[in-house]
This record gives sequence, structure tokens and C-alpha cells, in this order.
Amino acid sequence: MTTTTSPLPNAIEVKNLNFFYGKFQGLKDINLNIAERRVTAFIGPSGCGKSTLLRTLNRMYSLYPGQRAEGEINFYGKNILDAKQDLNLLRARVGMVFQKPTPFPMSIYDNIAFGVRLYERLSKDEMDDRVEWALTKAALWGEVKDKLSQSGLSLSGGQQQRLCIARTVAVKPSVILLDEPTSALDPISTAKVEELVHELKADYTVAIVTHNMQQAARCSDFTAYMYLGNLVEFGTTEQIFFKPKHKETEDYITGRFG
Amino acid sequence: MNEESTKNSAIYRKRLLSNRIGLTLSLAAMALGLMALAWILAILLFKGVSALNWDLFTQVTPAPGTPNGGLSNAIVGSALIVGACTLISTPIGILAGIYLAEYGSQSKFALIIRFLTDIMLSAPSIVIGLFVYAIAVAHFGHFSGWAGSLALTLIAVPVVLRTTDNMLHLVPTPLREAAAALGAPKWKVSLHVVLRAARSGVITGVLLALARVSGETAPLLFTALNNQFFSTDMSAPMANLPVVIFQFAMSPYEDWVRIAWGGALLITLSVLALNVLARVYFRDKVQQ
Repeated sequence: MTTTTSPLPNAIEVKNLNFFYGKFQGLKDINLNIAERRVTAFIGPSGCGKSTLLRTLNRMYSLYPGQRAEGEINFYGKNILDAKQDLNLLRARVGMVFQKPTPFPMSIYDNIAFGVRLYERLSKDEMDDRVEWALTKAALWGEVKDKLSQSGLSLSGGQQQRLCIARTVAVKPSVILLDEPTSALDPISTAKVEELVHELKADYTVAIVTHNMQQAARCSDFTAYMYLGNLVEFGTTEQIFFKPKHKETEDYITGRFG
Repeated sequence: MNEESTKNSAIYRKRLLSNRIGLTLSLAAMALGLMALAWILAILLFKGVSALNWDLFTQVTPAPGTPNGGLSNAIVGSALIVGACTLISTPIGILAGIYLAEYGSQSKFALIIRFLTDIMLSAPSIVIGLFVYAIAVAHFGHFSGWAGSLALTLIAVPVVLRTTDNMLHLVPTPLREAAAALGAPKWKVSLHVVLRAARSGVITGVLLALARVSGETAPLLFTALNNQFFSTDMSAPMANLPVVIFQFAMSPYEDWVRIAWGGALLITLSVLALNVLARVYFRDKVQQ
């Protein structure tokens, strides 16, 4: 068990987290901190629990009865595993982008406005500005500015994924969780999304799950290696990739396993 | 090697033969089904077109032997009864469907509701007519358009409910999670995202129900009955196309039988138009 405490302030502190799918234990005593305005990557073989960990950070698992978490997840000092936690408010502050693009069946404009309208009452002009701002952040504005009223489903896969990122950014969360955001995209779209992740950390705390080790190396500041529900090693990305302390981490990173 | 290939070709030939037999049988079945449909449509057109004239839409059902009769009272009656039924059953069916798919899911209560709905789907419509007769007509002492609407609603709700339930189940879970991940409360996720994604399927369900009830006769015989005069009073007996067709087609009077054919063609064409309209509408939506 490794815990790295960075000198940066922590957006999220995970303490002694155990997670259960019914009787199966998906996460075992996880301890780690996610630094503010940095990119933290989670790598590991399929089924190691990295997505599960991500889904505890916005309590997404609470949609499903039978899944439960024990321990503490402190989000700016407040334990979000607390039964009294308002899940909708939490999710408005901890946004999430999924593996497959999930545009809503509505116009590009409304895809962005949907989330904003949930918590803010904006005038038409303010909303127009917000939509443009979010789409610009997601490097999509230039491609869609003339077809905002078209269905979000009419975009290409890569554009759809950037639309989903724009949608998440638009509600101005403090943390953005990305669950394998490029695994369904082609290399060019992937490069665009990675560039985006790099830019997002100026304003947001980012946690990204990825199967692609180069991706973790390219765009993260901290990397966590997980295996079989355990956090094997956690440290700066440089340290994990160049001087891993654990044999398992080294084997996985060098491709001898996994 | 050679032996192997002979063996393979024997298997191959057998497969080819069974493929041909299967294909022939399924084509024959399709032809049989289509033929029945074409036959019905042809006879309807042949016998009904001669009855289609202006009078059919402007005149009320005539007394036997009176010329210039029409179906205006039955057309308006049917529109009112079916319209009221649609207005009542669509929200009930869709909301109940949302409950089953999004909230109840696999709970015991939802499973029981689903089972009961399936029974209702196949319940003979005459039983439903008798039921409404007993609770509404006998209770208030007279037949009425409302009673007719009630009977049709009992038939339509299960259709709308089950289609909505099925269509919502087809919406991928990540879409629900994506909406929830923005902080949307569950009811908003269900109404604004999931129902919207399943929109065309749900509307198809409503149209299916509409098509089903617009031809129902038995439930209306016991409830709305008939009225030979023009009336828009839903709390009184009301003329409607199916019952008029039933009475006129069984009668010995030639002009009544002719009007019955006209009415039958009218119902068929309107159901057809409804379906075509829905398809065209949704094709345009998808292309957007």
C-alpha cells in the first residue's frame, strides 16, 4: 500500500475505501489523494477496479442497489459517502465523461444547455455565451457553430465525445472524471481529446481511467497502478513510468504482463 | 484430401437443399399472408369506393329506403369516442410504462403489473365491453359516449404501457448515467432524456393502440350503442363507425349495406393514413 502526499492541495482524499458488488469485493482498502488542478491517471488490466474507483468519486454506483462503498472519500474536506450527501449536487460538482459518446437525443445547443439549466437560470444571451464558451473549451466550436440546432447524434464519434466533454465542462464542475474517454475513438480524435485534457487542468481537477499507457504517460501528472482491486503503486507519472518501486508495476508498464 | 472434399460437398449439397426448402416455405407463408391482406383491401376498395361521396360525410345515417344517407354522425361520434380514449390512455399508459421501466424495473410489484397487463392485452374485448356495461351503463341507467371511451381506454392502456416499457428498456444505460452524471434528478433523466430517446417507439405504441381501438366493435355495442341522430353529447348514446357498420352490414337494405362498405373503407383508410403519416414524420426526424 502506497500513499503519496503531494505538496499540492487535494481536491479528493480517499481513505480506507472498500467497495462491494453484492458479495464481490471490487476495491480493497484504497488510499490516495487527487491533487487539485492536476491530471491523475488510473491504469491497470481490465477488471482491476479503476473504473469502479472512478464511479465511487461521483457516487455513480448509487444508481444500482447492491453496490456499496465503505470508508471515506473526502471531497474538499466533506465525506461524500455520507448518507446525507445530496447526490445530484455532488454530480453537478464532479462531472463524468464515459467510454462511449452519449449525446442526448436533442440539438447540439440543448445538449450543452441541459446540464446548465438544472442549476442555473440564465438569460438567452447568457446561455448562448455559455454554450459557445463550453464548445470552445472542448475545441468543437469551430466545427459546429453553424449547426447548433442539429441533433447531437448527427456528429461523428470524435465530435460526439468532445460534445460530451463540453456538456460536462458547461456546468462548471470542480472535478472531471474521464472513464476511458478515447477507447472508442480514432487516433486523430484521440489526440484532440488528449490535448483537451491537457488544457482542462488549468481550471479543473481531472481523473482519467485509461487502457492506453502512452496516454497516461502523455497527459497525466500522477499515475495510479491498480491490480485486482488493490492500489499497487501511486506516484508522479514520471516516477511510475521511469522508476517504479514495485515489480508488478514495472512488469505491467514494460508490457511483460497485462 | 479428395475423399475429404467429396464428403464436404455431400454436406454442402444437403445444406443447399434444406436452404431451398426453408426459403420456399417462408416465401409461401409470406405470399399467403400478403394475399389475404390484398384480398381484403381489394374487396374493400371495390365495394366501398362506390359509397364514397359527399353525402357520406355530411348526412346522418338514414332510415331504411331513404336516399342520400351518410355517416356524419358516426364519423364524428367515432372521432369523439376514440379521441377521448386517446387523451386519457396516452398519459396513463406512458407514465405507467415509465414507472415499470425506470422505477419498478424488476421489483415484485412491477412484475405483477407487467403480468396483469399482458393478460389485459389478450382479454377478449367483449368481456371488457360487458365489464364497462356492468359498472357504468347499468349503474347510470343509460348508454353513453363516455362509457364507450372508458371501454376503449381499458383496451388501449395496456398496449401503450407495454410498448413504452419495452421501448424504454431499449435505451442504453450509459445514456441514463450520462444524464445523472450532470446532476439531473431521476425524474428529469426519465422524462427529458430516456423518454425522448425512445420517443418514436413510444408514439408508435400510441398509434398501434389507436389503430386497435378504432376498429373495436364489441365494447362499443355494450357502451356507446348507437344514435341515428347527429350528437356531440358524450353522456348520451352515440353513433360510431364500427357499430353502424355492424348493424348496416347485417341489414337486408341495399343502401344500408352500401354505406357499411363505405364506412369500412373509411376506417381502413384512416388507420392506413395514420401509419403512413407517422412513418413519414419520423423518417424526416431521423434525417435531421
